[in-house]
Amino acid sequence: MSLRKFISNKTIAALAVILTVFANTSAFAQEAAAGAAATAAKKPIDMFPIYKSAAFYILLFLLLCLFIAIVGKAMRVYELTREAQDKPAGINWNTVNGVLFVIFLIVGLYGVYFEYTVHGKMILPDAASEHGVKIDQMFNITLILTTIVFIGTHLVLFLFSYFYKNTGKRKAYYYPHNNALERIWTIVPALVLTVLVLMGFLTWRSIFYKIEDPNNKPLNIEITSQQFLWTIRYPGADKIVGKKNYKLITGTNSLGMDFNDPNNLDDQMAEEMVIPVNKPVRLILTSKDVLHSFYMPHFRIQLNTVPGMTSYFEFTPTITTADMQTKENDPAFKFLFYCSKICGSGHYNMQKVVRVVTQAEYDAWVVKQPKFINNDLRKQFNLPIVPEPAAAPAAAAPADTAKAATSAPAVAMNKPALKK
Amino acid sequence: MSTITLHDTHNNDHHDGHDHGHHEQSFITKYIFSQDHKMIAKQFLITGIIMAVIAMGLSILFRIQLAWPDKSFPILETFLGRWAEGGRIKPDFYLALVTIHGTIMVFFVLTAGLSGTFSNLLIPLQLGVRDMASPFMNMLSYWLFFIACVVMMSSFFIETGPASAGWTVYPPLSALPKAISGSALGMTLWLISMVLFVASQLMGGINYVSTVLNMRTKGMDLWKMPLTIWAFLLTAILGILSFPVLVAGVVLLIFDRSFGTSFYLSDIVMGTQVLPNEGGSPILWQHLFWFLGHPEVYIVIMPALGISSEVISVNSRKPIFGYHAMVYSLIGITILSFIVWGHHMFVTGMNPLLGGVFMITTLIIAVPSAVKTFNYLATLWRGNIRFTPAMLCAIGMVSFFISGGLTGIFLGNASLDINLHDTYFVVAHFHLVMGSAAIFGMLAGVYHWYPKMFGRMLNEKLGYLHFWITFICAYLVFFPLHFLGLDGVPRRYYAFTEFEFMQKWVTVNIFVTWAAIVAALAQIAFLFNFFYSIFKGKKATQNPWESNTLEWTTPVEHIHGNWPGEIPTVYRWPYDYSKPGAEHDFIPQTVPYSQTMSSNMPHDFEGNAESERIQREWEEKQAKEKTILD
Repeated sequence: MSLRKFISNKTIAALAVILTVFANTSAFAQEAAAGAAATAAKKPIDMFPIYKSAAFYILLFLLLCLFIAIVGKAMRVYELTREAQDKPAGINWNTVNGVLFVIFLIVGLYGVYFEYTVHGKMILPDAASEHGVKIDQMFNITLILTTIVFIGTHLVLFLFSYFYKNTGKRKAYYYPHNNALERIWTIVPALVLTVLVLMGFLTWRSIFYKIEDPNNKPLNIEITSQQFLWTIRYPGADKIVGKKNYKLITGTNSLGMDFNDPNNLDDQMAEEMVIPVNKPVRLILTSKDVLHSFYMPHFRIQLNTVPGMTSYFEFTPTITTADMQTKENDPAFKFLFYCSKICGSGHYNMQKVVRVVTQAEYDAWVVKQPKFINNDLRKQFNLPIVPEPAAAPAAAAPADTAKAATSAPAVAMNKPALKK
Repeated sequence: MSTITLHDTHNNDHHDGHDHGHHEQSFITKYIFSQDHKMIAKQFLITGIIMAVIAMGLSILFRIQLAWPDKSFPILETFLGRWAEGGRIKPDFYLALVTIHGTIMVFFVLTAGLSGTFSNLLIPLQLGVRDMASPFMNMLSYWLFFIACVVMMSSFFIETGPASAGWTVYPPLSALPKAISGSALGMTLWLISMVLFVASQLMGGINYVSTVLNMRTKGMDLWKMPLTIWAFLLTAILGILSFPVLVAGVVLLIFDRSFGTSFYLSDIVMGTQVLPNEGGSPILWQHLFWFLGHPEVYIVIMPALGISSEVISVNSRKPIFGYHAMVYSLIGITILSFIVWGHHMFVTGMNPLLGGVFMITTLIIAVPSAVKTFNYLATLWRGNIRFTPAMLCAIGMVSFFISGGLTGIFLGNASLDINLHDTYFVVAHFHLVMGSAAIFGMLAGVYHWYPKMFGRMLNEKLGYLHFWITFICAYLVFFPLHFLGLDGVPRRYYAFTEFEFMQKWVTVNIFVTWAAIVAALAQIAFLFNFFYSIFKGKKATQNPWESNTLEWTTPVEHIHGNWPGEIPTVYRWPYDYSKPGAEHDFIPQTVPYSQTMSSNMPHDFEGNAESERIQREWEEKQAKEKTILD
């Protein structure tokens, strides 16, 4: 009887709460609406339905709590009656929890299978660079080893939990240690990890310590990061990226290139990174303001760009964008590089397209790219000004200045995206 | 030994010489500026729980943004005002949310809330000590922590918002208010809070170490200490050695921010404004930060490991398997954790030679971790497992420790880290191993020692409900995130809307957010259980779990000095559960071997010839009697 009384009391209390919440919110909402209407300057947002839905969800949750409370009370009554009648406890919670662990194990194993097969198919395609293939191999080996350990230990953990649950009939087995066993499970993981370390170490060395082949010199490309965009600089005909100094940075000279260095005169800018397939590329990474991270996942490349320090990453792309599109069966497929180190509010949208092409396509593309140098800069650095003939170069020159000027507005171009 | 004896007598004199009526305390000295370790433990715990609830709320906010980046929630504007104009969280504020969520969880909940609570509670109680070595410093430690919490939270009430450079606050982003608004006053408050926090941790740590080393009761040698105490001792040592390095780093950052120095800054141009700083290096901060930061993750996990060892042993009714191996693996983790920090910096542009070195040390640290895991499993084998809520959480902790530890093998490998660094794979990894595993260790501790703290029992059924929902949802939240990382989705992205390839993950994000919301609601079961039971819970008995350790020999009512009479003497290790020949399935540490002749084993006497002789004679006598009876 007391149970019924309890429930009815709770219900009444809950109803009272509900009524008060509704009354209050509607009153507040009406006041707010009235206030907004009075000023009439702002567009009034009708908060009433919002408060109503918030109250609805709170109510739903309270009802759930009430339900749990009722179930809890019912169980308590059941247990007390069993106790009063001198019967053994109705629910054996050790069995319940043991069984739940087994169910969790079975459902969990299916869940892992689901994740590996469904979400596992949504991950990055095979590496598109030479060293990336090695990384992928290492990844697969590590994945297989860890999956075996993961499944094995969880089977043991949950099955032991089930089989050795307290039944009240048994005494546990006093087993404080076994040195042989402990030695085995120290040495076996140590050996496995040694293998992984060695493989990782050799791969790591092969990525970062490259011996330059004089017949196949890498293409130098400089990438400069700033909030929230990238600037790509190609070395031009001399294949050398010229010197720069951050103190020279101005609105027109966004990289701070020192045009007294002749290597700078032919340096080109590009809107996307185009690289020839199967040819080594050496990325020169720098940053203008804060830390960013140059992340090009399809090629298994990541390196932070650090203000005040230059870092290098050399790699060889192996698959062209076109090949990848057919391979992935996705004509819209694009290689990208983007930022992966927190750098400010625009961090989530700092990307550029990478296009891997054949050598011939690259050669055709690269000559079309505009140079950084323009007459404004020539004036600034006391260089002879190149007269702008009316003929062919005219087309390139204005484009030059236009491009140079855009590097500043480019900041603005990214800004609207943030406001979205 | 002489110092220990001296101290004991001193303590005894003190207590014999005074009437207990003398200890009547006012509300302020009892509940607020308390110097009693049990009260300070409760203060740490409740503050930690409040901070955890706040940090969890922040995580729900940014999970909502990730799941529904295009949807407006006007109710958010009601609460957050300008930071969620039009009901949508702003990018700046999103970064502030992840930053403060991380800072609170790592430092305030899992460092102070976990070791602050259980070191304070258990070190004196499990070692037979009347109070900490320096109760006043202990009180100061709590109050500095409390002020640190207040300062950190106050940054939500300033115009420029809280720090938002990520919980690692890498300069230059954290040094330049122009780079992000959170790096204005909010960052200053973050740094002040951190200095106070480190001071608090140092005072606590020094106290823990000196208490453990100098004040153990008679008979409690180091190898008779419960594994919890070993874990707390080593955690405190780690903290003492590594936290000051963070302060050094923080002070230099304060100098860079406020006094124009260039420790971390060089060659910076904001827009077209050239900054005067020259010669610094942002990498320096990363070295200093991670010199603390990596030991810090072991500061977080080791107490959880210690608590789980104790809980699993008690509830399996079995001695912990390989006690010595457990201690040595903790020591191994402690030492190695100082030389692995570079694995956070594989792709920072640090010399690649260092990358190779740090990879080796990092993967070595997996060995002691593996030993611990296998020892837990061996402890469960042929046990007699009681599924108390504490035991469930300890098993959950082992599960998360395995899952998160294994993904660590990917990230510890420098070559694989190239593509996984700063992606969701990292987020999934450390939320499993540091977030979930450590939180479950903490929950196991709360469920297990609640009767000791409050003299009342928690409701078991609510505990089951809480465990199962949290356990399942934690996996649902963090397991899918690995695959986002494998697809190259970076962490700390405000929205996935700007990249076409990320669109396919939005549905996963919605699923993860719902799982997180359900997990958060499940915590209400815990919170209700916790606060309701303080006042209305079932009265606890003196030793509700039939445990061997000393804390269960104290009376249920808390008294200053813990034991009413003399401090108990310890005769045996803490894990004599289900010993063959014994009457009960547990033999408390205070029971001498002379009272358990029937269950003594040869190795119990550690080669003491006299004891062995007595035992042998007793056994011969028994055998003789038996033959006579036959």
